[in-house]
Amino acid sequence: MNSGSHHDHHEDTLAWRIQQATGVKLAHCYQCGKCAAGCPVADQMDLPPCQVFRMLQYGLPEYDKRVLESEGIWLCLACETCSTRCPQEVEIPKVMDFIRGEALRLNLAHPRSRDILAFHRAFLDSIEYTGRLYEVGLVADYKVRSRHFLKDVMLAPKMYVKGKLGLLPHLIKNRRGMKHLFKHTIGKG
Amino acid sequence: MSRIGVFTCHCGENIGATVDCVKVAEMCKDIPGVVHSVEYKYMCSDPGQRQMQEAIKEHKLDGVVVAACSPRMHEPTFRRAAGDAGINPYMCEMANLREHCSWVHEKGEATTQKAADLIRVLVEKVKHNEPLHPIKVPVTRTAMVIGGGVGGIQVALDIANGGHKVVLVEKSPSIGGHMSQLSETFPTLDCSQCILTPRMVEAAQHPNITLMTYSEVEKVDGFIGNFKVTVRKKARKLDEHLCTGCGLCIQKCPNKKISDEFNEGLGTRTAIYVPFPQAVPNKPVIDTLNCTYYKTGKCKVCEKMCPTNAIRFDQEDELVTLDIGAIVLATGFKLMKTDAFPEYGYGKHKDIIDGMQFERLASASGPTSGVMKRPSDGRSPETVVFIACSGSRDRAKGVPYCSKICCMYTAKHAMLYKHKVHSGKAYVFYMDIRAAGKDYDEFVRRAIEEDEVKYIRGRVSKIYEEDGKLIVMGADTLMGGEPVVIKADMVVLATAVQSNDRSEELAQTLHVSYDSYGFFAEAHPKLRPVETNTAGIFLAGACQAPRDIPETVAQASGAAAKVVGLFSNEELTREPIVAVVNRQAAPVYSTCVGCFICQGACPYQAIEQEEIMARSGEVIMTLARINPGLCQGCGTCVATCRTKAIDLQGFSNEQLYAELMTL
Repeated sequence: MNSGSHHDHHEDTLAWRIQQATGVKLAHCYQCGKCAAGCPVADQMDLPPCQVFRMLQYGLPEYDKRVLESEGIWLCLACETCSTRCPQEVEIPKVMDFIRGEALRLNLAHPRSRDILAFHRAFLDSIEYTGRLYEVGLVADYKVRSRHFLKDVMLAPKMYVKGKLGLLPHLIKNRRGMKHLFKHTIGKG
Repeated sequence: MSRIGVFTCHCGENIGATVDCVKVAEMCKDIPGVVHSVEYKYMCSDPGQRQMQEAIKEHKLDGVVVAACSPRMHEPTFRRAAGDAGINPYMCEMANLREHCSWVHEKGEATTQKAADLIRVLVEKVKHNEPLHPIKVPVTRTAMVIGGGVGGIQVALDIANGGHKVVLVEKSPSIGGHMSQLSETFPTLDCSQCILTPRMVEAAQHPNITLMTYSEVEKVDGFIGNFKVTVRKKARKLDEHLCTGCGLCIQKCPNKKISDEFNEGLGTRTAIYVPFPQAVPNKPVIDTLNCTYYKTGKCKVCEKMCPTNAIRFDQEDELVTLDIGAIVLATGFKLMKTDAFPEYGYGKHKDIIDGMQFERLASASGPTSGVMKRPSDGRSPETVVFIACSGSRDRAKGVPYCSKICCMYTAKHAMLYKHKVHSGKAYVFYMDIRAAGKDYDEFVRRAIEEDEVKYIRGRVSKIYEEDGKLIVMGADTLMGGEPVVIKADMVVLATAVQSNDRSEELAQTLHVSYDSYGFFAEAHPKLRPVETNTAGIFLAGACQAPRDIPETVAQASGAAAKVVGLFSNEELTREPIVAVVNRQAAPVYSTCVGCFICQGACPYQAIEQEEIMARSGEVIMTLARINPGLCQGCGTCVATCRTKAIDLQGFSNEQLYAELMTL
């Protein structure tokens, strides 16, 4: 660790926890804005990625809270356009992921995160049980989790006609292996 | 009757594509005085030049007009060729058919006609040309370097190592300049004194270098190669030859509470003092403004204590006149003081200091022995704010330029602070980070990434004191201008680099130009960066513009190379394109009436007053005389002369009228 380890006051900052968990040092970001410039959802975000980083660099509780409560961190698709292009090689999606976890842990997550989280969970359920994406299962799962029962329902017949919605899941061969994988990763966390 | 040859060049397609060169050469044959006219694809080529030289001999030409490109490009080429063929080189002139005709006009009859006209004009000039001879000026091979900082020391050492004598003049009691005050230097963090003091000692001991410390240049006369410089040796109030530098006088001096300039007011010194322990020469000076003896007439403790009886209370300043061949200005800079900032408390808060004061706080030889203690109460500062661009890039403060060194030294300061106070917090307010230089940006990134200095983009608008803390009010423009308030224990202002005190006065003494901020002006910003407009006077370091140490040293070596180049000849050869005042035999003498309007108009101080005496020794009249060593051939005096007594050689009134009248 660098001279940062001298600073006990740093340990309760989000920046410190990010560095411990992901190895990403926020001081590496020099605020060029290339991440925000290329981000496909930055225009929807309340805090674009560079602003998230700027706030975290301060290490002040009020800024940490603003980041944890922001909606933008939930909109990040983890497409990695930002980190691919980042001149300082900062792994931004990794940081975003960690912050989302922290927001949930501290009960500070933005209200809109519920739907996004529901989708993530439904998606993972589908993978866990079928080994691949099972659209109908995913949609059903998501609707149950998010309670948006009627939203976009009218799209279903059209998609069915075009063969986009298989009624039965396609299963992979080694489903036990997949279960095993989940047990040793997500199950552990 | 003149025998003039005209040589028209096609310059490949450059002229030939728009001008009918064959026709031009034919037309020129009809100009009175022209006995030979030819054209060729490339006159500047070897066969082209040879063709010209053979024609000069064969046709016994006494003048030549080469109709080709700009004289800037090839005049020296053709004049040399003409000279080699046996005529005076200044009897060769160039008509600029390329820049003045073919490049700026369409192809056509009128263009060809204009080309012929340009040649006709020059033929008329050559008819009135006089053979001229280069001016030879003797050179005194002794250089003077003004300013004994790192730049001046480097210039002096380089010239001295080139085998020439150097006089190094420094106004303060020791050489070393600002660099001797620095703690560590960017981007390598090596100790400033450790790398500088060996150089200082080398300069002092070099057989070719004469040190004149505690001295200032009073007067400069003469011209390149032949300056006469008068230097005031300020009285140290002691005999330097007897003083051994034992320091007993300093120990015993009862007056110990004088603010110490070397420590930027953060420490104290005695009335008899050496600025710092490593001073060169290590001989004290009596500060007569603060010495008890000079104030009350009593004391003389130093005199009683001195084991070699070196103290001389009655010593006076001494004026020394030296013969100097070249002068290098290396007078450095000064920093804007903290009292220039009303918004930061007018310098009244003791804990708001400037960059040089921070250097002294961080220096192992400083008043705190390098321990971080804030000036007001000696506590270790837990939060320090550094403000870059304090006064720089600030029109309202009269400094619109970038001071260039502050970004780097602020990063260094913040880094040094973090190295000394591990638990401390360092904030830097900045506008842009200008770290252009080898390993410079890496250095700044190191401060941010490894030493965790917090950089905040924005200027601080106000600082005030509250409960022993300095409240720094800024904004972060990277967060949409969100206000940032930091409670600091100490604030360091990276104040603007300004031209040194009395730099304008010195520039006027030396007749060199300076900009509106008092920085000395280089002859050309890109191609002649170490020369001034005055021949024989050169520049090194921050007296020209804000500079860091590596740049100053590089420029110093550049200036030294110029001086050594100048000294490589016994005589200087100069173009004879200078002004002359016409002289005639008695009883007319000259049409000059001695009004001396020209003297005031001359930007190079090249015009002097000459007394014409009768045989009896009586002064009959006072006329203007132009010193060919100083004249730069600008022609200003010619234009101002009321009686047309002055002519510029090679561009006389007669020649110019002849050119115009032929059109």
